[in-house]
Amino acid sequence: MSEEERMSDNPLDRYEPVIGLEVHTHLKTESKLFSPAPVRYGGAPNHDVHPIDLGMPGVLPVLNEKVIGLAIRLGLATHSTVNTRSVFARKNYFYPDLPKGYQISQYEEPVVSNGWIEVEVPVKGSGKKRGAETVTKRIGVTRAHLEEDAGKSIHDVALSGSEGTHIDLNRAGVPLLEIVSEPDLRSAAEASAYLRALRSILRYIEVSDADMEKGQFRCDANVSLRPWGRSQFGTRTEIKNLNSFANVEGAIEAEIVRQSEILDDGGEIQQATMGFDVERRKTRVLRLKENADDYRYFDDPDLIPLMIDEELIEAIRADLPELPEQKRERFEQEYGLAGETTAILVASRRLADFFEHCARACNAPKAAANWIARDLRQELNERNLEVDETRLEPDALASLIRLVEEGRLTTKNARELLPELVEEGGDPQAMMEERGLEAVSDTGMIDEWVTAVISGNAAAVESVRGGDDKPLNFLMGQVMKAAGGKAAPGEVRKRLMEMIRGDG
Amino acid sequence: MKLQSLEEQRAALDASEVSSVELVELALTRAEGTGTDLGAIVGLRAEAALAAAAGSDARRRAGEIRSPLEGAPVVLKDNMVQKGEPTTCASRILESFVSPYDGAMAEKLEAAGAIILGRANMDEFAMGSTTENSIFGPARNPWDTSRTTGGSSGGSAVAVSAGITGFALGSDTGGSIRQPASFCGVVGMKPSYGRVSRWGLVAFASSLDQIGPFTHSAREAAWVLEAIAGHDARDSTSLPEPAPALESALTGDVKGLRIGLPREYFVDEGADPGVVEAVRGAVSELESAGAKVVEVALPHTPYVVSTYYLVATAEASSNLARFDGVRYGRRAENVQDLDEMYKRSRSEGFGREVKRRILLGTYVLSAGYFDAYYRKAQQVRTLVRGDFDRAFEACDVIIGPTYPEVAFPIGARMDDPVSLYLGDIYTVSANLAGLPGISVPCGQHQGMPVGMQVLGRPLDEATLLRVADAFQRRTDHHEHRPPGSA
Repeated sequence: MSEEERMSDNPLDRYEPVIGLEVHTHLKTESKLFSPAPVRYGGAPNHDVHPIDLGMPGVLPVLNEKVIGLAIRLGLATHSTVNTRSVFARKNYFYPDLPKGYQISQYEEPVVSNGWIEVEVPVKGSGKKRGAETVTKRIGVTRAHLEEDAGKSIHDVALSGSEGTHIDLNRAGVPLLEIVSEPDLRSAAEASAYLRALRSILRYIEVSDADMEKGQFRCDANVSLRPWGRSQFGTRTEIKNLNSFANVEGAIEAEIVRQSEILDDGGEIQQATMGFDVERRKTRVLRLKENADDYRYFDDPDLIPLMIDEELIEAIRADLPELPEQKRERFEQEYGLAGETTAILVASRRLADFFEHCARACNAPKAAANWIARDLRQELNERNLEVDETRLEPDALASLIRLVEEGRLTTKNARELLPELVEEGGDPQAMMEERGLEAVSDTGMIDEWVTAVISGNAAAVESVRGGDDKPLNFLMGQVMKAAGGKAAPGEVRKRLMEMIRGDG
Repeated sequence: MKLQSLEEQRAALDASEVSSVELVELALTRAEGTGTDLGAIVGLRAEAALAAAAGSDARRRAGEIRSPLEGAPVVLKDNMVQKGEPTTCASRILESFVSPYDGAMAEKLEAAGAIILGRANMDEFAMGSTTENSIFGPARNPWDTSRTTGGSSGGSAVAVSAGITGFALGSDTGGSIRQPASFCGVVGMKPSYGRVSRWGLVAFASSLDQIGPFTHSAREAAWVLEAIAGHDARDSTSLPEPAPALESALTGDVKGLRIGLPREYFVDEGADPGVVEAVRGAVSELESAGAKVVEVALPHTPYVVSTYYLVATAEASSNLARFDGVRYGRRAENVQDLDEMYKRSRSEGFGREVKRRILLGTYVLSAGYFDAYYRKAQQVRTLVRGDFDRAFEACDVIIGPTYPEVAFPIGARMDDPVSLYLGDIYTVSANLAGLPGISVPCGQHQGMPVGMQVLGRPLDEATLLRVADAFQRRTDHHEHRPPGSA
């Protein structure tokens, strides 16, 4: 390695990262995977449990059939094979929050295998900023299998109220799909984009709420490096329990740095399980492979193989909603929307549905798209709300947009009404009238303001007359100021041009 | 008043010669006397049983008789849970365990009107064939109290043999009902896998475990099986078929029935000649009643014991992982950390044989050994099933000895687990292949009972019981009572 290369601060100049993700997502069911106990969040500890979840002597698991349809939906939405036969296996290990001493999972025969999803990833070198150029990349989905979640060990005295470790088994037995990607991802940003795309799909098909804060969507990342141009993979490490998009990106970036430093010094990467220290932004070895548990997987003799009819798969296929990728293509073609705006709209099925409703009602899809993707989305983000959790109806937003489009309300005033509409709802036209915000389009009034501005700003007027449009915005502003913000901007512009240049 | 058999008890109840309360009082007295002397009974629920008996008597007066078991006392092997009652599996680790829920057997027996008297001794976690591996001490054979009862359901076998209760339930993973039935001179039946719900049965080896009855006669066994069989949605391996009508199948007719004698079960170096002689005598009896004898082959017989011990210990090592001292059961005291808690709780809680099998099972599932042992055993299991499928093309039932010998002295085999394992050669195949099997008393050798095993096609309990009943109609072995009986 040359001195210049060694000096390079950026490991990505020397190594290509190879990343695969394992995502654990909670399934949207009323009850647990193998017991009738309810699936809830935030219940009193150890209340949402059944003798089955406690691993009482003599209990037996019975598969919650609701999950079969959910697994099929995930399989179809990821262009995967839905296996007509899959098998539950026991993964054996001791831990206090694992009541039976084994986790029921799927091992050699998973329910879903061999698929892919399309992900919009940033073009290399275009940076991570919003608005960066993207390209569609196909990421392989190796497999998805059903398994039960473990309980929670609580080591925090503040949470449990006393010293020592406490166990809450409410989560024990909650149904999960573990979705394993191919090692097709090449950067932290790609990993993050894949996760967002996968989460969006899971929400579209109503398989999971995939709320990371509630632990419903968790990620392990497998990371290795190889010199550019080499086809063989390097030795990988697995970073466990990443519970936010920021941590996924941060952990992968930190692990790339850690591995590159070892490789730069001529060292070898040891296969290991890693943890991510969020405070220090560093990964650290939790345990090396030679110390890894031997899980002694074997088919669970308490359960029979899960057999799925082709007919059921086809029935679910027919019932599958439009997926984000399909919606994106349709929005771009049908409404002529820009890629960036579409990406925002289709990320959430609820937002996309809101947009379509609103666009139809106001008959101005581009305006509706811009209002929703920018102004409304900002209001939602500030309040941490989903669009259907507000008081704003799509018809009301459509009415607001119509008022703007018709020149009866200025964009500025319309924007000022939006927070109230989000929080309290209401009819934009009535609000506008009540508050006297309706734009003045009376030409007599406008002419009066325009005349006054023209006579008071001779230099700017002279430039415009000479063919320079730049001072026009300044003159517009002056008129609007004189009008108290209520003059219809289109009419003002038209009269200004007519009076200065004598044209229209 | 003898009133030892279920049939006698039923007749006396029907004739109003005795009440259920009186039967329960009698059974309690016998359980506290003989039952305790023989180490058969490990827990009684006198008050609850008497209350249930009073309820049964009231029903009977009102003309409601739920089943042939109405009002009759029964004991459960101590690995079947009942809400609010202890279940110990004869293990220190569950010494203080009280079940928060009802198992299927507690529910089924209650629905049939039977009175659960208490719990019967067993080998710890059903691992053993002598009922010596028990924190309660060994059970003793009523025919000779210096000898073992067989196991692991020894307490249940003794309860019936010694006349404490008219019937009892046991569980059979590799012969744990049939072998003690054979040793104690009673009928013991393992139904087809999936016939009886395992909900509430503390698992030993899930793919092999099956609950079944101990009685004096095949007819009584039919009554009990009718009451406890049938689909249970809480057990995914439970068969969808409803409980079969069995008593109506007991026609006494075996004309034209084809009895298969596996040549591998009648080899020179096989069972004790005295045992073989008794079984051959029983087969002759059936022949004289019109049955035909054919020789069949079960070529994988030499591999069944090792296959069984690989599968059973592998499953057991996982099934017993839940006994960790965290949520219930024994937890070691004064531990420094989690690792020590696990190690000491389990080391102190489990007995030698259980530890031996957990170690074996953990080993055969380990990376690097799985393919050579566990996967190979599953393949042989498929071959064993194939043996029986082919054999049952040529015959309707297969008959042989239940066990290669009669009951041996207590303590004689404690230091030789392998010889004990090898004794399971005739019984484990039914578990590996999921077949029904029944052991019927067919004579004596050295003053001890000999059992004949009848194996049938999956779900064909009716034919097994018909053969056993036809034999019992023509013989009186099942009417012999041990000297130590109540």
